[in-house]
Amino acid sequence: MSRGTAIDLCYLVAFIGFILALKGLSSPKRARAGNLVGAAGMLLAIGVTFAQPDLGHLWLIVVAMAVGVAVGVPAARLVKMTAMPQMVAIFNGVGGGAAALVSIAHFIGTDTKTLATYKVLEVLFGVLVGCVSFAGSAVAFAKLQELMTGRPITYPAQQVINGLVGLVVVGLTLAILVTASTALLWVMLGLSLVLGVIFVLPIGGADVPVLISLLNAFTGLAVAASGFTLHQNLLIVAGTLVGASGIILTRLMSKAMGRSLPNILFSAFGSVVTASGATERDGGQSVHTATVEDVGVLLAYARKVVIIPGYGLAVAQAQHVARELADELSARGVEVFYAIHPVAGRMPGHMNVLLAEANVPYDQLKEMDEANPELPTADVALVVGANDTVNPAANDTPGSPIYGMPIIHADQAQHVVFLKRSMRPGFAGIENELLYNDKTVLLFGDAKDTLQKLVAAVNES
Amino acid sequence: MTSGILEYLTVFALAAFVGIEVVSKVPSILHTPLMSGSNAIHGVILVGSMLVLGGAHTGAEEALGFVAVILATLNVVGGFVVTDRMLEMFKGKSPGRGRAAAAEDKGPGGDPAA
Repeated sequence: MSRGTAIDLCYLVAFIGFILALKGLSSPKRARAGNLVGAAGMLLAIGVTFAQPDLGHLWLIVVAMAVGVAVGVPAARLVKMTAMPQMVAIFNGVGGGAAALVSIAHFIGTDTKTLATYKVLEVLFGVLVGCVSFAGSAVAFAKLQELMTGRPITYPAQQVINGLVGLVVVGLTLAILVTASTALLWVMLGLSLVLGVIFVLPIGGADVPVLISLLNAFTGLAVAASGFTLHQNLLIVAGTLVGASGIILTRLMSKAMGRSLPNILFSAFGSVVTASGATERDGGQSVHTATVEDVGVLLAYARKVVIIPGYGLAVAQAQHVARELADELSARGVEVFYAIHPVAGRMPGHMNVLLAEANVPYDQLKEMDEANPELPTADVALVVGANDTVNPAANDTPGSPIYGMPIIHADQAQHVVFLKRSMRPGFAGIENELLYNDKTVLLFGDAKDTLQKLVAAVNES
Repeated sequence: MTSGILEYLTVFALAAFVGIEVVSKVPSILHTPLMSGSNAIHGVILVGSMLVLGGAHTGAEEALGFVAVILATLNVVGGFVVTDRMLEMFKGKSPGRGRAAAAEDKGPGGDPAA
């Protein structure tokens, strides 16, 4: 068996590992083992690549990898669970960037005059999609990290300008196909980066997770394109797996938000905010605030309490105190469970991860569809740092931007208690009428702090 | 060469179907780890980056390949470590469950709710 065949065989084993890794994720029990199988496959693939004949610059490769490991491992180890989404965005972006660079480097390393048209097309696809993913992920990171506003950024004639940039990209693609010019390819690189930025700017913070999933799929496809360019089945398979799964996941996520993908990407969702809510509020509505003691008593003597956590709980790192409160209440005989909206947090399933981190038992976590039938019989819906996911406007205000999004029916409980930092609207930037409802009381303050006081108050009552 | 591209297209088409098939079965609570896990998998571009840097002839290729290897390494290690940290959270149910079960035992008697 030649060395080349042996290497290809190892690559085959590696991508079987990748498929098993994705397959493992269909159950929480096998997910972690699956991920390790994937990592082992990756290690094998990288290891045997060192055995590739004619692989030069070994030291440069080792140095570059050492730099990547030195930066990447601590970053991934130290990042807080709440900051996971932006971390995923960054790691996705650098992958896209790498794919674009690989395509370019290959292009300038070959005699482009003799290159078949479809080979140039593969390079162009890799550069375009890789750069869009890189720049787009960077902007998504900035939005989630709150380095810039999470609100959609719009400007006059945005769609027209974006369309024009798109047209120029198409024109440039044709020009490069004809001329095979390296200079034009650099222009293409710059323009793709611009396209990535302007593509993401009008997408509101609440929709960024869907966007990251889409950009993840883009990076996968860019990797597949460089696989075509480099004649590597391994890259084609892995990239396509991610591309296909990313697109499916993006669709599942937009379905969970009750909106279509084009609506999420192009509607600058959440930019026309609060106008309707504000006028209605002028009509004399006011909120009811309560003391911690009031709420403590309310909770202690309830039969059924539903905790509805949102991103605010995660930001305040309040998941452990929330569990304490739940434990305290169940110890008193109160039936407690958590109602988890599929997009609670900043990503689907994000809240499950955070609560699992706090050792909340599985059987207390209920998915939205399972929790909603229980809410009419609940005495208290305790909304901790959530807002949009319990906004009844999604059901009864056809004009609202979130109309049609499935929500948790907190409004059907006997009492609703909101723990909020301020009256600021939620991530989607929409006013929530439930806050002004007569059965609603508000407790302002940091979620962790308030929950701690609540635990004490429940104890005393 | 034409047969080459056809072969790769075949692989591409089959991989797309495998990807769709495998992911359609993932429950929504695992969507975040899935996103992160598939993110780690496209870090395989590291292999491509190594090949490009390893075969570089000019300074420009070397520079591009060097940066590509750094970025791709970040993608690989970051992706797998973050995914593992997330999935680690899903294993433990024992401590919390034990307490909840204990609470249930003495629960029904002591409830003075109206």
